[in-house]
Amino acid sequence: MNKQQRAARAAAASRGKKVSGKTIKRLMEYVRKYKASFVVVVVCIILSAVTGVIGSMFLQVVIDDYITPLLKQAVPDFSELFRAILIMAGIYLIGVVATLLYNRIMIIISEGTIKRLRDEMFEHMQSLPIKYFDTHAFGDTMSRFSNDTDTLRQMISQSIPQVMSSLITIVAVLAAMIMTSWALTLLTLAFVVLMIFVTGRIGGKSGSYFAKQQEDLGIVNGYIDEMVNGQKVVKVFCHEEKSKQEFDALNEKLCKSATAAHTFANILMPIMGNLGNLLYVVIAIAGGAFALSGFGGLTLGGIAAFLQLSRSFTNPITQVSQQINMVVMALAGADRIFELMDEQPEEDHGYVTLVNAQYNKSGELCEAEMNTGIWAWKHPHEDGSVTYTRLQGKVEFFDVDFGYDEKKTVLHNVTLEAKPGQKLAFVGSTGAGKTTITNLINRFYDIADGKIRYDDININKIKKSDLRRSLGMVLQDTNLFTGTIRENIRYGNLNATDEEVYAAARLANADTFINQLPHGYDTVISGDGGSLSQGQCQLIAIARAAVADPPVMILDEATSSIDTRTESIVQSGMDALMSGRTVFVIAHRLSTVRNSDVIMVLEQGRIIERGNHEQLIAERGKYYSLYTGAFELD
Amino acid sequence: MIKKLMHSIREYKLPTILTPVLVSLEVAMEVIIPLLMSMLIDYGIERNNMDYIINMGLLLVACAILSLFFGAMAGATAAKASAGFAKNLRHDMFYTLQDFSFRNIDNFSNSSIITRLTTDVTNVQNAYQMITRMAVRSPIMLAFSLVMSFSINPGMALIFVGVIPILLVGMIIIVKIARPAFERVFKTYDKMNNVVGENLRGIRVVKAYVREDLETQKFRKVSGDIYKNFTLAQKALITCMPLMMLCIYACMLLISWFGAGKIVDSGNDPAVGFTTGQLMSLVSYAMQILMSLMMLAMVFVMIIMSRASAERVVELLDEKSDIKDCDNPIFIIKDGSIRFDNVSFSYGKESNAKPCLSDINLDIKSGETVGIIGGTGSSKSSLVQLIPRLYDVNGGAVYVGGVNVKKYDIESLRSEVAMVLQKNVLFSGTVSDNIRWGDEHATQQEVERVCKLAQADEFIRQMPDGYDTMIEQGGSNVSGGQRQRLCIARALLKKPKIIILDDSTSAVDTRTDALIREAFANEIPDTTKLIIAQRISSVQHADKIVVMDNGKIIAVGTHEELMKNNEIYREIYISQQKGGDEDE
Repeated sequence: MNKQQRAARAAAASRGKKVSGKTIKRLMEYVRKYKASFVVVVVCIILSAVTGVIGSMFLQVVIDDYITPLLKQAVPDFSELFRAILIMAGIYLIGVVATLLYNRIMIIISEGTIKRLRDEMFEHMQSLPIKYFDTHAFGDTMSRFSNDTDTLRQMISQSIPQVMSSLITIVAVLAAMIMTSWALTLLTLAFVVLMIFVTGRIGGKSGSYFAKQQEDLGIVNGYIDEMVNGQKVVKVFCHEEKSKQEFDALNEKLCKSATAAHTFANILMPIMGNLGNLLYVVIAIAGGAFALSGFGGLTLGGIAAFLQLSRSFTNPITQVSQQINMVVMALAGADRIFELMDEQPEEDHGYVTLVNAQYNKSGELCEAEMNTGIWAWKHPHEDGSVTYTRLQGKVEFFDVDFGYDEKKTVLHNVTLEAKPGQKLAFVGSTGAGKTTITNLINRFYDIADGKIRYDDININKIKKSDLRRSLGMVLQDTNLFTGTIRENIRYGNLNATDEEVYAAARLANADTFINQLPHGYDTVISGDGGSLSQGQCQLIAIARAAVADPPVMILDEATSSIDTRTESIVQSGMDALMSGRTVFVIAHRLSTVRNSDVIMVLEQGRIIERGNHEQLIAERGKYYSLYTGAFELD
Repeated sequence: MIKKLMHSIREYKLPTILTPVLVSLEVAMEVIIPLLMSMLIDYGIERNNMDYIINMGLLLVACAILSLFFGAMAGATAAKASAGFAKNLRHDMFYTLQDFSFRNIDNFSNSSIITRLTTDVTNVQNAYQMITRMAVRSPIMLAFSLVMSFSINPGMALIFVGVIPILLVGMIIIVKIARPAFERVFKTYDKMNNVVGENLRGIRVVKAYVREDLETQKFRKVSGDIYKNFTLAQKALITCMPLMMLCIYACMLLISWFGAGKIVDSGNDPAVGFTTGQLMSLVSYAMQILMSLMMLAMVFVMIIMSRASAERVVELLDEKSDIKDCDNPIFIIKDGSIRFDNVSFSYGKESNAKPCLSDINLDIKSGETVGIIGGTGSSKSSLVQLIPRLYDVNGGAVYVGGVNVKKYDIESLRSEVAMVLQKNVLFSGTVSDNIRWGDEHATQQEVERVCKLAQADEFIRQMPDGYDTMIEQGGSNVSGGQRQRLCIARALLKKPKIIILDDSTSAVDTRTDALIREAFANEIPDTTKLIIAQRISSVQHADKIVVMDNGKIIAVGTHEELMKNNEIYREIYISQQKGGDEDE
């Protein structure tokens, strides 16, 4: 670890500590719902702990108060003892029932809280802007849903009741010990300080080795991930031996840190247990000496009782010290969960909504209750009046500037106009800003300067969900969802009938291969498409967009994984899909964009050429050189 | 299955055996300690014998130190054994994986291989540590404690004989209920991770279609399932503790009651019979016996839970590579000629699997340039993958240099047949490191030469650190076209007799594509070149063009011949001409 990393880690640790107070408070809010149950839990824990303490004292009481007197009786009368045992049985039963009860309630509390946390976290995640997803690592967010919530669950259901019960036990036993002998109590406390010190040291050591183990495990897992994903390349290059060697070296390192981490964790128990044993001996010797010298008025029975108590005292301390690590880890997890929940959600101040519309008798556009096939923007004004604008799919950019972070502008002065039904294409190298423009149309990102109008309405005024509903998207990454093919196509329009789904599939030319699958449209596919080829996934994604039937379509490298022959077949479907719609196309193959109404060549965030194919060829500029292959596109 | 796993213990046999031995010794100490304690009370404190207290105390301290020593040692050996076992297991799995053929790789999904090598191994490792420590500890503790109890007072010890079965039956019932519920929990967990993962990856689609509510509903359903099953499983599991308490308390009360009678009978004289000190030790043994029973039950649950992981690990270890060197393999490949003789092939293992290639007959002379054209799913890639024997044919034979590929040493064959795959991958490391995959010992000049050939030199030099620029995992910091050219350079560095480009220039512009082809023709004229392409322009000038459709070769010829005779070829050509990116 270099200095910088260490500093970062220390900073993170100190920050974590500061937040913990707040984190606990927030967690309490979640538990508050279970206030009544929680009171029951506390009562039950007290009952259970007290019966435990009474239990450990019981034997001494039986011996001192019943058996010893019985020994002195000529004709022993066991009825007193019998009654005591019956009473004790009653007390024990209460303890057992209390334990069962609080554990069960805690499970309901912890599982309920965790479910609520997870649901809220997921819902919040859905509301976050695309920027969050673009700037946060996949695994990082994943682990907030799995690891972090899991440790938190364990803390709530196990650590909290156990720590509470242990603390109550400690207090009760401590009281009993002080009553028996304050001198021996002091001795015991001194010993306990030593125990806590030892656990702290070993726990700390073990913790840092565990962190090292996690780090090494991360490296090994990363290497495995890389090699498995590149497995076929490894084979083609006969690189097996080399990768085996590299793997062995990493694996060896992991083994070392894992051994160290587990060793420290494993030796904690014997150390604590035997320190308890040592304490026992020390008390016996000191107690014996005190009793002989008459110091502190200690009786023989008192020493025996104290010895018993000392055992009941050290056990909960060991338990608490073991739980503390757990609690710290869980609070760190809770911190990460709340961090996600505190992320600023996507803002939406839009008030213009999309409604079904129809023309009334006087030829004016007005709202309709049923799906009429005509859509309109419902635009309420400050004076209370409402105007309706027919949804047509006109998109205009006026002097738009944009940067993903404030310092670096990636789009400069972009002005463009897409008339309803026009096909606009963007051409340019990677990083020229093609995808960025489409990200602005559907407001995945908001512009820094300038204006974008949709059907002559500033898109900032349009409700985001309605804006997006009016835009269809087909991306290079198809991103299907686990489910049947039918469900995946229907994703575009949840109300689509089966017939509409089939029609969309036929339009995208996906119908043929889907029907050849053993289960046809009911074939279950996983998110990455499973057994389907990349091209087939893209066809499904196109069908998904087709069934949504939006007036504006964005096709971002939508056919890049389809070979040209298939593309030419799909092309007719695509043409059908595009006809009557405003379409934004980003494509690598110039053949795909050639028939666009306007082609825009982007370079470093600026539109440097625009016009149709013939005009651009005649211009003999960048497009021309791209087209003739004199220039390359990356 | 266990035998297979045991095989991975190897050099960690000593700590593996030592752990239970040390644990047994620790347990012995733990059993002796309460005995000594009871004697300390009976003969020392009760009789006010300070010398006895000190002697016994010292003995106790010695025992505690020994117990500490054994315990700590056992902890260390257990850690060493389990971490080492996990290391070997990962090692074995990784080595098995490296020996996999393409067909083996296809049998497992990438994510499943990764889970097996990571999470599953960790589960097995934890279970292994549990077994070496707890699974020995509990029975020994149980046995010791029972023996001690019986030696103290056989009559009283019978109480345990009555209580133990009750506890056992209770445990079995609990495990029976909890196990299937836990299994359901783990399955739902996978589902939840899947939903979260898909949403993280596909958030643009979710937002574009405004499906946030649908996805939230989907998630709620899964998290509801987790809630339901987890609550059920946990509720069953937590019954253990109260059940355990019930048994301990019952034992204590019974021991007290019957013990009181016996003590009164004996007059609390150790010489005559039962004493108060013995009563107390008996109670501690009762605790130990029941505790170890509970531990045993927990170990049992752990083992069952990790069994699924162990099975998945063994499944991978058991996968046999179906492509192996033959006896007396040939190491020298004479030339770059290729011949397909009546080849048929399918990806499925079963004979009734849908054939992917059939009736393939093709003759390629050494040094020829051959283009392969066909639609998606026409099995172009499958055809060329048979040449470096990435897959074995189902029928017929493939000959390289006049010899059946099955007769070659695989490594020799593959180093002469370089292949640039369609789904190509770069690895984390510098540009040079990546290129040197082709030949570890290549000089910098050689590396630069092949990069020039692949038209990659120019853009590499423009990168911040030139040839020392770090490539990120998966090659995410180079564009598609750049990646393809790096992969071609990597293959060229092998100086192969045959080079196969499987759609490897699709993201490269036409001009660069042409330059690569030109460089190929001029610089490596003797190498046989197979080019799979979507663009006709990429193969137009080949000596021979193979047109494939639906797993069959439907035509072979030059561009001019095919334009004349082959409809599909013409159709492809026209579709691309219409796009008009050909001006050559």
